[in-house]
Amino acid sequence: MKLITAIIKPFKLEDVRQALGEAGVQGLTVTEVKGFGRQKGHTELYRGAEYSVDFVPKTKIEAAVGDALVEQAIEAIIGAAATGSIGDGKVFVTDLSQAVRIRTGETGDQAL
Amino acid sequence: MEIAELAYALDTFYFLVCGALVMWMAAGFTMLEAGLVRAKNTAEILTKNVGLYSIACIMYMLCGYYLMYPGAASIEGYLGEFAWLTSSDNAAADVIAGGEDAPYYSSLSDFFFQVVFVATAMSIVSGAVAERMKLWSFFIFAVVLTGFIYPTQGYWKWGGGWLDQAGFLDFAGSGVVHMCGATAALAGVILLGARKGKYGPGGEVKAIPGANLPLSALGTLILWLGWFGFNGGSELMVSNVGEANAVALVFVNTNMAAAGGLVAALLLARLWFGKADLTMALNGALAGLVAITAEPLTPTPMLATFIGMVGGLIVVPSIVMLDRVLKIDDPVGAISVHGVVGIWGLLAVCLSNPDATIGAQLLGIVAIFAWVFIMSFIVWLVIKMVMGIRVDEAEEYEGVDIGECGLEAYPEFKAAD
Repeated sequence: MKLITAIIKPFKLEDVRQALGEAGVQGLTVTEVKGFGRQKGHTELYRGAEYSVDFVPKTKIEAAVGDALVEQAIEAIIGAAATGSIGDGKVFVTDLSQAVRIRTGETGDQAL
Repeated sequence: MEIAELAYALDTFYFLVCGALVMWMAAGFTMLEAGLVRAKNTAEILTKNVGLYSIACIMYMLCGYYLMYPGAASIEGYLGEFAWLTSSDNAAADVIAGGEDAPYYSSLSDFFFQVVFVATAMSIVSGAVAERMKLWSFFIFAVVLTGFIYPTQGYWKWGGGWLDQAGFLDFAGSGVVHMCGATAALAGVILLGARKGKYGPGGEVKAIPGANLPLSALGTLILWLGWFGFNGGSELMVSNVGEANAVALVFVNTNMAAAGGLVAALLLARLWFGKADLTMALNGALAGLVAITAEPLTPTPMLATFIGMVGGLIVVPSIVMLDRVLKIDDPVGAISVHGVVGIWGLLAVCLSNPDATIGAQLLGIVAIFAWVFIMSFIVWLVIKMVMGIRVDEAEEYEGVDIGECGLEAYPEFKAAD
């Protein structure tokens, strides 16, 4: 099992949700987050004076998937979230040692 | 009923309604300023605005009106009997008798109209010193400005004093009201210093965005409405064809100047900064209004639009220059809108009024600026030495809402800053 964590542009959330659903991913957790990458945020002008937006609003999605689905899920996210411009985000994949469905007590792939 | 009585009633009624419109400008300033400060300083700026308005009313009744209009009504001596407030107003017989000196509106309606003007001048100060000044130091300054500093230079012009005799023209107060308020604000800001975090260690300018732009937009539109009373009422009369036409022209010109100022400032902000800065557009409308206030009667509506547009084109670079070059931190742009553009308005009188001379206008500008700046600087300095004018660093960080008022404007919301 893997845990896929993706940071995406907030307005792409609906597209990503749909693409992951079509790829067979059963569940998803979404968080509104702020952060920066290589561009280190950006600046805006207010009354002619610059102010920096150090942390850009982003959406974080987390999905636990079985090993067989990992590649499809990553491709679904990339396909749906890409705009080609800076700030499209990143996908991180980590090993997941255990998963438990609380209601039934099922574990592993059965719990996903 | 005599026709003269009807005219008297109409002119008095017109004067009072215009005064009520100007009173409503207090709401405009309050909302404009409440929107351009941060959330943590909102309740305090509201307190300042309602407090200064009320202080201005009381001080003007106690002594300001006597200083400004020594001959008005039946005032017996400076700080003398309050005869004009307690005795009867104009007698019907005097009104009907007619002639040169016959009264054509109630004396008290004149007091009412004047008292809301002084409140306007003081309102200008509160925005410029927002977010860091001690509440009670501000109120003490309000007592002196509205009771003494403003009425003295008001007397020079509208009370028939030496500036009036020198040929200085200021129809509704680009100088007497707006530049006066801005000058007092400038003296205060110089002694007060910038908000913490406004300038970096290397002098770099940082923006401190306002918390509630819908309130600022509402405040600007309220001021725009109130200005019809401000300029329209300053015609003082509406009860014959000539005066009614004049009042209509003043209304149209006031409106056109505001529109011109807004469009010019919005376009300039878009070209200069790349985006349509709403706050600059709002300042542009106010700049147009200030610019036309010195002479809303003689320009054509086309010229009034132009005068307003120039005001809008002046106010944007003025705000940026005060901010970047002079390092004068004015959160709402009051010094630029009312001071710098007020000067333009006084000079623009020469464009359409054949009685105006550039020399007399410059004399008025220098006299009002010098008087108000020097007096205000001394008063601010004395207050600073006696009780301080600036809140301490921790209070400024926490917000003056809690520090000065013990409450928050938005306790249910989590403010970002």
